Amino acid sequence: MKYGGLLFANLFRKKIRLMLTLGSFAVAIFLFSFLALVKQAFNGGIGIAGVDRLVVINRTSIIQQLPMAYRDRILRIPGVKRVTFDNWFGGVYQDPKNGLSQFAIDVENQRQVFPELVVPDDEWQNFVKDRQGAIVGASTAKRFGWKIGQRIPLQGTIFPGTWEFNIDGIYHGKRSRDDQTQFWFHWDYLNERAKDLVRGQAGWYTVQIENPDDAVRIVKAIDNEFANSPYETHTDTEQTFAASFAKQLGNIGFLVTAIGTIVFFTLLLVTGNTMAISVRERMGELAVLKAVGYSDRFVMLLVLAEALLIAAVGGGLGLLCAAGFAALLAATPMHNFIPFSSLSASVALMGIGLTLLFGAASGFLPAMGGLRLRVIDALRRV
Amino acid sequence: MVRVDGRGGSSSLVNVRGLDKKYQRGGEEIHVLQGLNLDVAAGEFVAFMGPSGSGKTTLLNLLGGLDVPSAGSITVAGDEITHLSRGKLTQWRARHVGFVFQMYNLIPVLTAFQNVELPLLLTKLSKAERRKHVETALALVGLTDRMHHFPRQLSGGQEQRVTIARAIVSDPTFLLCDEPTGDLDRKSADEVMALILRLVKEYKKTVLMVTHDPVVAQRANTTLHLEKGALVEAGAPEVAMSGGAR
Repeated sequence: MKYGGLLFANLFRKKIRLMLTLGSFAVAIFLFSFLALVKQAFNGGIGIAGVDRLVVINRTSIIQQLPMAYRDRILRIPGVKRVTFDNWFGGVYQDPKNGLSQFAIDVENQRQVFPELVVPDDEWQNFVKDRQGAIVGASTAKRFGWKIGQRIPLQGTIFPGTWEFNIDGIYHGKRSRDDQTQFWFHWDYLNERAKDLVRGQAGWYTVQIENPDDAVRIVKAIDNEFANSPYETHTDTEQTFAASFAKQLGNIGFLVTAIGTIVFFTLLLVTGNTMAISVRERMGELAVLKAVGYSDRFVMLLVLAEALLIAAVGGGLGLLCAAGFAALLAATPMHNFIPFSSLSASVALMGIGLTLLFGAASGFLPAMGGLRLRVIDALRRV
Repeated sequence: MVRVDGRGGSSSLVNVRGLDKKYQRGGEEIHVLQGLNLDVAAGEFVAFMGPSGSGKTTLLNLLGGLDVPSAGSITVAGDEITHLSRGKLTQWRARHVGFVFQMYNLIPVLTAFQNVELPLLLTKLSKAERRKHVETALALVGLTDRMHHFPRQLSGGQEQRVTIARAIVSDPTFLLCDEPTGDLDRKSADEVMALILRLVKEYKKTVLMVTHDPVVAQRANTTLHLEKGALVEAGAPEVAMSGGAR
C-alpha cells in the first residue's frame, strides 16, 4: 500500500465534495435497495404461497362471508384433500397503531393445511383445550414481547369490545420468508361472542388439494358448485390470490420503481460529472506524476481506484442504511400490510455489483483522460 | 564542455544531433527547432535563453523525454531516447531526469516529505531507505524543519526548494529547470540559484535551465541562445562552441 497515501490524500482533497459524492452514491444505492425491498415485499406472498392450496372467497368481495355449509360441499369435490376456514378479526393491541393480522381459525384443520407454519405439539394441545387461547407468530411475539402463558387484551374494531386471549403457543415458519406475524385464535370463540356479525359463517376457505396439476379443474368445480346461489364463490390458487392482492398495490409499486429509477440514474450522472470535474481540476498534478516517472497506466488506475473507492464506501453506506431501514420497517405496523423482509443476500450482492459498476463507469472517462494525458499539454495549461 | 556545432565527442553526457521539431497550428506548420546540435558534458550548468516562442521549453521537453522530435536524435548517458516507446520513456525519465518547473507543481494535498518521496515510490527502496533519502534531500535544500508542511504552508521560494529536493532525491543523471525563478522575488530567486549552483559545484550535478532572466542566466557556466531554431552561444554571432568559460 505504498501508494495508499497518494490515493487517500487525493480523496480527501475537498472534503465537502467528497461527502456529497459519497452521499450521492449512498442515496442511489439506498434507493435501489429500498426499491428492491418494496418489490420483494409486494411480491413476497406469491413466492411463498403453497402450490397445493386454493382460496375460495365470496364472489362479491372478500369482506362478504360464505356459509359454513360450503365446507362439506367443497370436501366432496374429487381431488380436494382438506378444507379449512378463517375469519379476519382486525383488532389492535393497546394502541390503534399496533395493528396485526389476526385470524379466527378452524382449529381442526389449520395445522394440516398450513404445515409450513410449525407449532410445537404441547403448545398446540394447550391451545386446542383453551377456548380463549391464541397462537402467535414468532415475529409478533418478539415485537410485543409476548411470552407463552401471558394474557393479552385486543381491542376489536370490526368486532367491538375488549377481547382477552391467552398466549398458548408460538409458531415459526419453516422457510425464512414465511409470514411469522399472524395471530390465531379459535373461530368458535369469535362466533360465540359476535354471533350477530359472524352468523356462523366463514370469511374464506382454504382448500388443500391432492395434486397441484388438478388445480384448474378443481377451481372450476368449486365455482360451478356454487354458481347461481346467493353466495357465489370466486376461487383461485393461493399464488394467484396473493398475486392479485399484490396487484392492488402494484401501481404504487410501479410508480415508486419508475420515479426511483429516474432519480437513481440522475444521481449517478451527477456523481460521474463531479468525479470528472475533480480529475480535470488536477490534470497538472497528474502530468507531474507522469513527468517524474509514473506510467500512463498507473495514472489511469489511480483515477479509477479513487472512483471505485468512493463508490464502494458510498454504496456500502447506502446498503447499510437500507438494511437498517428494512429492519426498522419490519418492526412497524406497516409490516402487517407490506411484509418488508431483511435485505436479502441477492439484493445486497446486486447493490454491491451496481456500486462497483457505476463506480467504474463514473471513473472510466476521467481515467481514460488520465491515461491519454500528455504531460506537456497539461503543464502548459497550469 | 558545451558545444553547439555537432562536433562533440560521444563522451558527452548529452548529445543532440540534427534535432527538428515541427508543430501544426491552424493548418500552418511551425518549425520550432531546425537541425539543432548540442553536446553537454557531465557537471555542466547550461542556461538557455531566447525570446518567447523561440523553442526553449520545447528543447527542454525533448531533452527530458516529455516530447518526441520530428527528426534528429538525443542521446543521454549512452541511451538514445528518441526511439523509445512512451512507456520506456517514462521509465527512462524516472531514472535519469529531475524536473524543476516554474510553477513548482507540487501536489497540494501531500506534505513536503510526501512530495519529495514521490519519485522514490517507483523504486524498490524500503520505507526506511526512502525516508533516509527524502530527509537527506530536504536537508540539502534547507527544509528539514518544514518536511511535514503542506505546499500552501510554504513560501514560493520554499516550494521551489521542495521541487528541487524532489528533482534530486532519486539522484538523476541531470536536472532540467524550466524558469525555476520565474515566479519568485529576487531574494528567493537568489536562494534558489545559490542552491542550484551548490548542486553543480558540490554534487557535480548537470543542470540544463531555461530562463528569461539575464541575471539568473549569468550564474550558469554557459549561456546559449535559441535563434531561428538553433543554438548560439551568448554574444556569439554564429553557431559556436563554448569551452565552458566561468
